[in-house]
Amino acid sequence: MTEVVIAGIGQVPVGEHWDISMRSLAARAILAARKDANGLKPQALYVGNFLGPMVSHQSNLGTLLAQNAGLEGVEAFTIEAAGASGAGAFRMGYLAVSSGYVDTALVVGVEKYTDMIGPGLEHYIGMGMDYDYELMQGITTASQAALLMQRYLYESKAPREAFAEFSLSAHANGAHNPYAMYRKAIKLETYERAEIVSSPLNMFDIAPYADGAAAVILTRSELVRPSELEKMVRVTGSSVVIDRLSLHDRPDPLAFEAAGLSVEQACRQAGILPKDVDFFELSDAYSIFAVLSLEAAGFAKRGEAWKLAQSGAFRLKGELPISTMGGLKARGNPLAATGVYQVVEAVQQLRGQSGANQVAGARRALVQSLGGPASTAITHVLERCT
Amino acid sequence: MEIPRHWRIKSQRYGLVGEVCPHCEIKIFPPRDVCPNCGGEAKEEYIFSGRGEVYSFTSLYDGPAGFEETTPYTVALIKLEEGPVVTAQLTDLGDASVEIGMPVEMVTRRIRSDGDERGMLIYGYKFRPLGLGPR
Ligand SMILES: [Zn+2]
Repeated sequence: MTEVVIAGIGQVPVGEHWDISMRSLAARAILAARKDANGLKPQALYVGNFLGPMVSHQSNLGTLLAQNAGLEGVEAFTIEAAGASGAGAFRMGYLAVSSGYVDTALVVGVEKYTDMIGPGLEHYIGMGMDYDYELMQGITTASQAALLMQRYLYESKAPREAFAEFSLSAHANGAHNPYAMYRKAIKLETYERAEIVSSPLNMFDIAPYADGAAAVILTRSELVRPSELEKMVRVTGSSVVIDRLSLHDRPDPLAFEAAGLSVEQACRQAGILPKDVDFFELSDAYSIFAVLSLEAAGFAKRGEAWKLAQSGAFRLKGELPISTMGGLKARGNPLAATGVYQVVEAVQQLRGQSGANQVAGARRALVQSLGGPASTAITHVLERCT
Repeated sequence: MEIPRHWRIKSQRYGLVGEVCPHCEIKIFPPRDVCPNCGGEAKEEYIFSGRGEVYSFTSLYDGPAGFEETTPYTVALIKLEEGPVVTAQLTDLGDASVEIGMPVEMVTRRIRSDGDERGMLIYGYKFRPLGLGPR
């Protein structure tokens, strides 16, 4: 099969960009990625976006964003899978290039969260759930995570404080990421004193929603000069798995089945085992998601990821670093853009461009994005070309 | 306002009307077009007893649009005695502390206002601790 490589990356700082429109956010990330790819010309633009039609009253983003970024003659459209939309767009770019239909594809994940304020926003974010049977019962995405966390505490007998490590570790890593929304390490007391949002979940168990845009350029390795190929990253595994949409329809909600299967499939395609990766960019939209994703992928036994975390296993110098640039928790969670930020950050690690957060000798990354509580799980394996 | 949408599922909201699969006899809620167990077509109505137990629960302090006025409230996953699990609010809790495994029964209550200035109210199922007397 054709070898697909990542030839360029671009991102804008995650945050509340009241003064920047969605189209400009996307354009900045696109231009940065094109510059990084030495002007390589894309024939396609795949957009990951979730809230645009609801929060910004804007659909048909493929056409709008292509035009605004000066991309003429490309094919373009949006891919939506709630919080996994960006990863879905990346998967689309991978399929387009590996099939040979497109030589070079540009993928952008963009979310403009602050075009609206108030409880209406929570309602729109909840639209990734079953509207009639979940959202209409008064549940939010945070309380969905809280239901999982409550059940996890009951089944695993983990102490409530065990979840703090995931927040502390992410914020410690975010402190050195210039694109992160929060760039300060936090103390255990800060976590323990945090306001309860949906019991037992507190403010520091939740990744903050924000504005952001990130872009990558994918191409075929034979179209790149060997001297340039050296600094590039190959996509060696790609998988999308879905679960039943609602927690109430799953026989075992803590299993995060789609998350586990998607890791298995992506690794099988790459010809590796999950333990062969050097770090794992996972979806820590909520600390319980990090725990369940690690267990589903087989990095910890069922009910025990929190124990491994206490030993420092998931820190930058641990056996399996996670959320190396701060994760969703500290970098921020610009929903549909998140999946592309994760890829950008993994590429930085594999190129050795992560500064203080560099994972020593990083050659192979596992990157996973979730839509809802692993209702959609999209996983990629990325590897250094040399 | 979304009158047709809410009207369409009123028998589920007021009566917990689901389905029983004519092929494998599994009970289904909410109704589906295809049985999740055997893949057969699911069409036969089944009225659930409304009794079940708490599988997990959480108290929200920040609700979505239409629920702001009723916070804090408790939402739970309820495992019905016939098998399916539903997402619903708990009500009539008084001083009772909620626990996983707590037996509950379905009651009809006001769920939310439609968020419209004309204020369409939506009623539907909630669950309360078992043994509080007639429903
Ligand atoms: Zn059946």
